[in-house]
Amino acid sequence: MSTAIERAPSSQRATGTEGGPSPKRRRSTGLREGRAAWVLALPFCLLFLVFTLWPVAQSLFMSFTDTRAKDLRTPFSVDVIGLENYTRALSDETFLRAIRNTAYFVLVGVPLTILLALAAAVALDRGITKFRSVFRLGFYTPVITSIVAVAVVWQYLLRDEFGLINTVLGWFGIDGPNWLGDANWSMPGLIMMAAWRNFGTGMIIFLAGLQGVPWALHEAASIDGANTWQRFLHITLPLLRPVILFVSVTTMIGYLQFFEEPFVMTNGGPLDSTLSMSLYTYRQFGFGNYGYAAALSYIIFVAVAVITALQFRALRENT
Amino acid sequence: MNTSTRSKWWLYAILTIAVLAVAAPFVWMLLGSVKTTAELRQTPPTWWPEDPTLDNYAELFSKANFGAYFLNSTIVAVVVTAGNLLFCSMLGYALAMLEFPGKRALFALVMGTLLIPGVVTFVPLFVLVANVGLVDTLPGLILPFLVAPFGVFLMRQYIKGLPPDLLDAGRVDGAGELRIFARIILPLCGPALATLGILTFLASWNNFLWPLVVAQTEDTYTLPVALALFSKGQNATNYGLLLAGATVVVMPILLVFLAFQRRFIEGIATTGIK
Repeated sequence: MSTAIERAPSSQRATGTEGGPSPKRRRSTGLREGRAAWVLALPFCLLFLVFTLWPVAQSLFMSFTDTRAKDLRTPFSVDVIGLENYTRALSDETFLRAIRNTAYFVLVGVPLTILLALAAAVALDRGITKFRSVFRLGFYTPVITSIVAVAVVWQYLLRDEFGLINTVLGWFGIDGPNWLGDANWSMPGLIMMAAWRNFGTGMIIFLAGLQGVPWALHEAASIDGANTWQRFLHITLPLLRPVILFVSVTTMIGYLQFFEEPFVMTNGGPLDSTLSMSLYTYRQFGFGNYGYAAALSYIIFVAVAVITALQFRALRENT
Repeated sequence: MNTSTRSKWWLYAILTIAVLAVAAPFVWMLLGSVKTTAELRQTPPTWWPEDPTLDNYAELFSKANFGAYFLNSTIVAVVVTAGNLLFCSMLGYALAMLEFPGKRALFALVMGTLLIPGVVTFVPLFVLVANVGLVDTLPGLILPFLVAPFGVFLMRQYIKGLPPDLLDAGRVDGAGELRIFARIILPLCGPALATLGILTFLASWNNFLWPLVVAQTEDTYTLPVALALFSKGQNATNYGLLLAGATVVVMPILLVFLAFQRRFIEGIATTGIK
């Protein structure tokens, strides 16, 4: 988390301290060192330039053009059309629907995931003494699995008739909905799966954060008559605040791009109820509308950047 | 005392139910993969297979060609991991221990792209890969992922924590910078390399959007692409086969995870990035 850049030691090391080589030798060492450093950096820089920096810049350029799939072979027939792709996106009913769906997924999914992660972490940190690592392992396992594979599995768990989830609900006398077939329940179904798959990451980070909560504070508060819940609310939670913000933002960045879940489970349906911004961007790409797809992808990028910036500001204010 | 013991038992009970609920989809997947499709269609669903069979797996590897996709996924993940380990530790070392012109700008540039979503670059990346004729090839799947900013961040942080005297000792012995890197620094980076290796392999194995775009025929499908397209095509109702496919995608990672779980979890806790 900490990205502090400590410069002093390395510059001292590079030029040598007192009793070191003469200025002349030092300069030639520095030259050799610089050359060696760039040799070491070169392979990364080349690949990074071609496969990250160039596409990021090119994507921005493409978003101002009418590039289509057929222009691949004749790159000079592309016209610059200014902001047309962006104005089109903001009046594209389907894309606006995708923005609302994505917001729904993020605004419900992130708090739910954080809540589960926090509950699991607190229970494992202080509540129990035995089998802690077994529980931790169990809760974390879904994180490492392919979303595509778990989406295939959850598609069956969420079936109306012979799905596991509705069977379990049936034990309690609840008649479960046709999750993925009902436009009102499809998104809750996907959110449930996303929370299940992702809360383990937050739990691990919270567990690390809880190590920094001094137990003495809890003891003092309990002598003063504070119960468990009050101590959680007034000691643990405020101290954990930066960690909670960090987990919120990383989870949010992931959820803003959700793609595999609707791609596999619902294909965006029913009635576009699970169409995400990423899925719609991919579809436009599939139709050959490269310029338009690039503009849509930049809108997702801006959303991610804005949320990250807000997070850093919040962190600075609170720590 | 008594109430706290009782509440402790409640907590154990709740946690046990929770962990069983979290594991249930995997258990159901495993058990389902050895059921017949007819059994999977039953209402109410069966939990334990009535008539266990390996037919789904046999069909998966003979007719559905999953052996080839497994091989593609493995090749891509191994090469991508090797590339990240080598190139990211090289740059990480240069940034952590050496002085060179442009160092600060380079570090800022690399870190600045840490959070760029994959969806932002895939369109121009596809145009680029198409123009050099690498669509539907394994190099087309591999090259864009050979290096990642995250690896540089991780390796730089770790190497910064190594004692700087190592460098001077190497220099006194007359070793060049590259030699110091290969012979002194790299062998000390075991824990960081293990964390980076595991996380990179995992990300590559599960990667979906880019392989979906670039792999256009069965020759280059990776496992997630094959499974996703399979679940939407004519096999959409062949449940047994799909659950066997999901098992084949998940199991290798699950086994690697169980073998290295401590390193995994430490990696997540220290970096906060999955």
